[in-house]
Amino acid sequence: MTETGFLQIAVYFLAILLVTRPLGAFLAYVFAGRRTFLHPLLRPVERLIYRLSGIREDAEQRWTGYAGALLAFSLFSFLVLYLLQRLQGWFPFNPQAFGAGNVTPDLAFNTAVSFMTNTDWQAYSGEATLSYFVQMAGLTVQNFASAAAGMAVAIALIRGFACERAGAIGNFWVDLTRATVYVLLPISLVAALFLCSQGVIQNWLPYAQVQTLEGGTQIIPQGPVASQEAIKELGTNGGGFFNANSAHPYENPTPLTNFVEMLLIFMIPAGLTYTFGKMVGDTRQGWAIFAAMSILFLPGAFTAYISEQSGNPILAASGVQQSPSNLHPGGNMEGKEVRFGIAASALFATITTGASCGAVNSMHDSYTPIGGLVPIFNMLTNEVIFGGAGAGLYGMLLFAILAVFIAGLMVGRTPEYIGKKIEGKEVKMAMLALIATAASVLLFTGASGVLDLAEGSYINPPGPATGNLNNQGPHGLSEILYAYASGTGNNGSAFAGLNANTPWYNLTIGLAMLIGRFFIIVPLLAAAGSLAGKRRLPASSGTLPTHGPLFVTLLAGTVVIVGALAFFPALSLGPIVEHFLMHEMRVF
Amino acid sequence: MRQQLIPALRMTLVLTVATGLVYPALVTGLAQILFRDQANGSLIRKNGRAVGSSLIGQQFTRPEYFHPRPSAAGRGYDPLASGGSNLGPTSSRLTVRVRESVRRYRAENPQFSGDVPPDAVLASASGLDPHITPANAEAQAPRVAKARGVEPDRIRALIHRHLEGRDLGLLGEPRINVLVLNLALDETVGSR
Repeated sequence: MTETGFLQIAVYFLAILLVTRPLGAFLAYVFAGRRTFLHPLLRPVERLIYRLSGIREDAEQRWTGYAGALLAFSLFSFLVLYLLQRLQGWFPFNPQAFGAGNVTPDLAFNTAVSFMTNTDWQAYSGEATLSYFVQMAGLTVQNFASAAAGMAVAIALIRGFACERAGAIGNFWVDLTRATVYVLLPISLVAALFLCSQGVIQNWLPYAQVQTLEGGTQIIPQGPVASQEAIKELGTNGGGFFNANSAHPYENPTPLTNFVEMLLIFMIPAGLTYTFGKMVGDTRQGWAIFAAMSILFLPGAFTAYISEQSGNPILAASGVQQSPSNLHPGGNMEGKEVRFGIAASALFATITTGASCGAVNSMHDSYTPIGGLVPIFNMLTNEVIFGGAGAGLYGMLLFAILAVFIAGLMVGRTPEYIGKKIEGKEVKMAMLALIATAASVLLFTGASGVLDLAEGSYINPPGPATGNLNNQGPHGLSEILYAYASGTGNNGSAFAGLNANTPWYNLTIGLAMLIGRFFIIVPLLAAAGSLAGKRRLPASSGTLPTHGPLFVTLLAGTVVIVGALAFFPALSLGPIVEHFLMHEMRVF
Repeated sequence: MRQQLIPALRMTLVLTVATGLVYPALVTGLAQILFRDQANGSLIRKNGRAVGSSLIGQQFTRPEYFHPRPSAAGRGYDPLASGGSNLGPTSSRLTVRVRESVRRYRAENPQFSGDVPPDAVLASASGLDPHITPANAEAQAPRVAKARGVEPDRIRALIHRHLEGRDLGLLGEPRINVLVLNLALDETVGSR
């Protein structure tokens, strides 16, 4: 570990800490419909959207109506995106003349599900597959919409805790619109222009052809990148314009843009913890959630950093310097960019998987076993280490419900959280979400490990599905496990050596993404509806305080034990055993 | 859910126009006014012709030029196929490739001894990394000097002039842009 590496992580965390309160307070104002400094400019836009969509701003929805609206909106998002891809040849802004042949039906299904669920898993390579029109009117739109929908669900769940004996939990359309108009669009616009100033491209030009110094030709893709890059990070989406994602110099040209992109990823998830505290009338409750997220985040960041910095003994034995000096960063530089080095790469990897973002500025598949274990672990916790825009907070509140339930069992009292009694319905809904997601990861991984197809099959090339792997030995299992953890966690990053663009992987990972999104959202909205109808009880001497260090520890422990322990056997067979084999210099 | 279908469809279309057409058009318009050069790819022109982008690495193999990192993008530095090798730490293909690269690096730079800098033999994430580390540039300086028939110190001075430090003194790593350095070589040192 070097001093500057340590400082980069520390300064980043400090910046997130500083942005949490002002942004969180702003979000609370926006979702309560109160006037903010943006209202003179944007209130007319908000009203125009309601008028065009035929929505009554003051109509409140019960949880069933709220969930129904979200599902209907997701359905159309999926359909529009699927059709746009398949019909891309008909639309303008397509200088490279990409058509339906570039996007097979199973790939279009996978990509449509992927962006609609805020996953942004990419089985395709952007620069060789999609027209500028699909990137903008298809993908960029879902970058906004899926993030706004996630934030809406978080706000609805907070209302469940905050309100007193209410039937309704808000209006999905209003929450969706406000998140988009007052939060996502303005921040994205400013961020996109900043990224442009640093070198991120934004144009509709055909791909540039240049003659290199040694006389070769190089064709350099162009496109409207900055507008997508900004919301890709801010909305914790992560779908790259290019195959190399945020490692591509046109997406992330300098260490400064890298820092800003990392800030954009954690900004809304961190801010929402404060919003939570503010809306339930006790900001300490929000800071407790923030603290639990932080004590899960920081050890991960340092573990990944130290592991990548220590490097790979097999490389050292091959004559590659692994300890840092003033002139080079040392460490495991395979799959990392020189401008970012080790610290800014490992930090980005921890952030992007802690949040359900999935943008990458380095190739996780080439990480050391323990460096790669951190992203997998982060995704397996159901993305609550700050987590996705909205998804992080509602995921963590799910664990908070379980934490107070476990504490209640230990002392034999009915558990309470934020003054609401946690009863059978809430606990059942939380457990349903956890079991569905764990089953999705483990069953699909297992099935892909043993799948073996006869000649002439459609869903995957004949032979064992392990033939899709880029790496053998334990690392091969990690590639499959990573894929389903990423899909189910709605993350979208990859151990990208796995060839996932076959019908088998496109369809099963698509299914995993749907499970990971809706088997959490719908049960949680049901819990929100049930909580909203309850009375808020004043704290008594028997109430477990949920704002102190005891609860923070309990909550973080619940995430690790309940959320991640189910995967320990799989992790032992993948990254953990690979770590020991690497130190015995074994290769596969 | 049924009475939600019509608003859902209308909302999808309205948001498509707002965030998928108006917003990117607004960013494009402003970017083209404010940051025209960057927004169009930071292309470098020489005698009116584009010779590359200062952000996108390109392949160099001749001894009189500094060489970039190994690239997994297509056949090397192909921007139509950006990406890394995705080889894991215990991959035998990685080990074989790295040993071969180390051998070639030492053969190309006979005056260099010891373990090679990591970026010289390890592939980048994008396959388009425009930079190398100062250690890698220093190691190649004697070769470039010999091929151009000049004192190594002149080359080292040029490297030093093109050294980019950490952003804000803290972020990222010190680095040297290979294409920019090679263009400067052609301009100031000339070739033999």
